[in-house]
Amino acid sequence: MDVLPILLDWLPYLLSGIASTLGLVLAALGLGVLLGLPMALGQVYGARPVRWVVGIYVWFFRGLPILVLLFLFWFGIFPAIGLGELSAFVVGAVVLGLRGAAYQSQIFRGAIQSVGEGQMIAARSLGMSRLTAIRSVILPQAVRIALPGWSNEYPNILTDSAVCYAIGVVELLTITSRMVTQTHITMPIYLAAAGIFIVLNYGGLKLLHRLEKRIAIPGFGTGAM
Amino acid sequence: MEQAVFFFEILLPALMQGLVVTLQLIACSAPFGLALGIAVAVGRQYGNPVISWLCKTYVFLIKGTPLLLLLFILYFGLPSIGITFTAFVASVVGFILCNGAYNAEYIRGALISIKEGQMVAAQALGMTRWQAIRNVILPQALCRAIPGLSNEFIYLIKYSSLAYMITVIELSGAGKLVATKYFTYTESFAAVGIVYLVLVSITTIAVTILEKRVAVPGTARATPSAQL
Repeated sequence: MDVLPILLDWLPYLLSGIASTLGLVLAALGLGVLLGLPMALGQVYGARPVRWVVGIYVWFFRGLPILVLLFLFWFGIFPAIGLGELSAFVVGAVVLGLRGAAYQSQIFRGAIQSVGEGQMIAARSLGMSRLTAIRSVILPQAVRIALPGWSNEYPNILTDSAVCYAIGVVELLTITSRMVTQTHITMPIYLAAAGIFIVLNYGGLKLLHRLEKRIAIPGFGTGAM
Repeated sequence: MEQAVFFFEILLPALMQGLVVTLQLIACSAPFGLALGIAVAVGRQYGNPVISWLCKTYVFLIKGTPLLLLLFILYFGLPSIGITFTAFVASVVGFILCNGAYNAEYIRGALISIKEGQMVAAQALGMTRWQAIRNVILPQALCRAIPGLSNEFIYLIKYSSLAYMITVIELSGAGKLVATKYFTYTESFAAVGIVYLVLVSITTIAVTILEKRVAVPGTARATPSAQL
């Protein structure tokens, strides 16, 4: 009952599972930034109705378990609006992304608010429009302040991506379960999967921390987040 | 009319039964999760190097592993080495291990934030190290950790849904069964979602009240109140 040869036999499947897991995470992180940043801006600078809508969105997506969200969109909402043909992978990535946006918008919001209000006034007094001020003065600082908090979203999304198993996305946990049912070796395979997740988790974090150092402005701390 | 019958006579009773199981899961996990968190945080911060290393490794491993995989290990994996849990017990053990690791991080942060002078002062008054931790450091640290701990409690409410993946029919599971049987996916999961939103919102309000109650007058907290 040596496990290593079996793991090697399954290596291509394992690698495809890892690729799928990472694909979910990257898509979700990307979608999270794409939606989360405008949402944060809307919540800080937007009119009252905009703030309201964003607030309800955040409340909804942060209040529901990821499993319920996946079920709701995979079985309910997407088929009901004619998107039933979407693959489980796409639905998983979109749901993780929509939910990620809710969490990330709050990280960005905190960062935007931590840039002093005086900067907006100063920028406006120099003749910049509100939009220019946000784009060239506020955001470059806010994004850097947000980065450490944002990096911490990566492990959360990575571990949540395993829940996509429930709607049949063939990611790492699904591959692991298939290996277990076919080889009848349980513990070693589960532990190997846990090991892979741990490596992905802390490896990815290390890369993100390196990125933080790269884009930091010398002498300008990244904020105490 | 038929909608109303489905809602009040089928969906709602099923969800209430599931809700009871969800609440049982949370009630069995949260106290032990908190106790484990305190023990691990204190062990890591004040224990000897071996204990400290063990606590650190435990947090490292749990934080790196998806909770769902941990539940699979406990429910499907452990029987192969002779340890068999019921699905409910396996879920509770998984939640305690996970909740404890994250709680430990918050409590440790709070322990570090208590100035070292307090330990020195307590010992100067004749307290032993252990007495100082228990009577001086921990009470203050736990107060400061409340926002983080309540966040983790809210996560526990939400992640208790994963128990369904190892066959515990709790709130999400009850919703899934009704949805599959009556082909009412959107309605059922929306209803399940509303119950979770209510649970989470009630908890958020309760935590805000708790924070005000235990706050030491004159030491207002600088961080914003607990978020979802």
